[in-house]
Amino acid sequence: MFQATPLTRRKGYSELVARTIFLAMTAMMVLPLILIVSYLFYKAWPILSPEFLLAVPRNGMRAGGIWSPLLGTIYLVVISLVIATPIGVLAAVFLNEYARENWMTRVVNLAVVNLAGVPSIVHALFGLGAFVLFAHLGKSILAASLTLAIMTLPVIIASTKEALASVPLAFREACWNVGATRWQTIRHVVLPNSISGILTGVILQVSRAAGETAPIMFTGVVFFKAIPEGKLFAYGLFDQCMALSMHLFTISTQVPDVPAALPYGTAVVLLSSVLAVNAMAIALRVYLRARKKW
Amino acid sequence: MSDGKIDFVDLRVRYGRREALKGVTFDVRRHEILGIIGPAQSGKTTLLRTINRTIDDVPGAVVSGAVRVDGEDVRLAPDLYGLRRKIGMVAPLPVGLPLSIFDNVAFAPRMAGIRNRHDLEGRVEQCLRQAALWEEVKDRLDSLGTKLSGGQQQRLTIARALSHDPEVLCLDEFSIAIDPVTTMRIEDVLRDLRSRMTIILVTNLVQQARRLADRTAFLLNGNLVEVDRTDVIFSEQPASRKTYEYVNGIFG
Repeated sequence: MFQATPLTRRKGYSELVARTIFLAMTAMMVLPLILIVSYLFYKAWPILSPEFLLAVPRNGMRAGGIWSPLLGTIYLVVISLVIATPIGVLAAVFLNEYARENWMTRVVNLAVVNLAGVPSIVHALFGLGAFVLFAHLGKSILAASLTLAIMTLPVIIASTKEALASVPLAFREACWNVGATRWQTIRHVVLPNSISGILTGVILQVSRAAGETAPIMFTGVVFFKAIPEGKLFAYGLFDQCMALSMHLFTISTQVPDVPAALPYGTAVVLLSSVLAVNAMAIALRVYLRARKKW
Repeated sequence: MSDGKIDFVDLRVRYGRREALKGVTFDVRRHEILGIIGPAQSGKTTLLRTINRTIDDVPGAVVSGAVRVDGEDVRLAPDLYGLRRKIGMVAPLPVGLPLSIFDNVAFAPRMAGIRNRHDLEGRVEQCLRQAALWEEVKDRLDSLGTKLSGGQQQRLTIARALSHDPEVLCLDEFSIAIDPVTTMRIEDVLRDLRSRMTIILVTNLVQQARRLADRTAFLLNGNLVEVDRTDVIFSEQPASRKTYEYVNGIFG
């Protein structure tokens, strides 16, 4: 290294200032997250236990646990993804692998992008009109799941398309050149090498579906529903159910004299499950990227 | 009637407004090496894509005229995938599929319905030997084809192109991404294959056509300037002055 000259010293000083500012900006992003999580855990600590997860709410939701809303959220998320994933993935495969660039695919792509930006309360009203009233499903888990599916579908399509597009065109052409059909090419070369991206996109929708309140509030979720404790299949498809996000809203604002730890405990469970699912997606991505084949 | 003969009859291809081929008529004879030379944008790659109809996958490409493989118009081919298996196609950049070396070569036979492990193993070994790659990879057939070096991947690509037992082998500027030593090895491979199949060699290296080709066609801006015996094309007196100027580096 050369000896420092006045010029390098001056430059070093301004570099230090810039670095400090950027570091402070980054810290401002991370700090609130840490604060929120630690504050939630601190407030919820007295109530967190396995019984809190597995007990149903009691005494007008002022005591007991969160089994019914937790189970309801799981139902809604799983059913909505079971509906949205195959449709979304197949639509993306069609758009990316089969459809030719023309006005129709341009319209569809535009619709997908715009649908992803529709506010969730609008999805709620659509779900109410289409599934609850028009399709006569009533306020039910099925109607709410369908509404969530409509909401997650465009994002699944977009992320799947991106994953498919990351497989180089040269691989497809090489397959076509040796007489493979489009489907054989997709099945043996394109899908195996994009499945990680597809799964990551789907998993990330779990947290979105679990966190939303508006779309399910009009279409299938209620303030309170009594279910038997500890039973896994406590809800039917056409039942109404409770959900974590809605439950959090209810006990924080609608029910008087709720012990403070209860809403914090609910928030911790909601937040942890979302973070856990996201961590799963990251782990899957890291694992599959390590096995990337080119 | 499988003799690996190709006729181009007044072949025209447009990409939107741009005419890539402007009415090209010539033939490729059984078991010859036909060199196709010409500067960039002269329609060489487009010509190859019409033979196995991968031109169909190019958005906006409009083809008129005819291409006949063994006398059959490719447009009327009852089985497009069968037609493609008659043609081996090697792209300019080496493409190892993200599969094992074995699966790279076994891919086409499998897609055509061959499931017997013994048959597949025989086919894979034969094709890798023909492509002069067997000795280098025989102990690691399970490793990824994409992890091979560029020159090895190009020979893997050739092995894959041979794996469906084609009558015609088309190579599109196969040497642009590989070193001269590997290029020479592949040229030896092509000399060996000549007795078994027709070879169309599109190249941007005129000397490569001179070394290998029985006849050479010169394409310029989508027109066929001339096609003749290679020694005539590279002589002092080819039919067209343009040909003389191109092969001697006066333009291009």
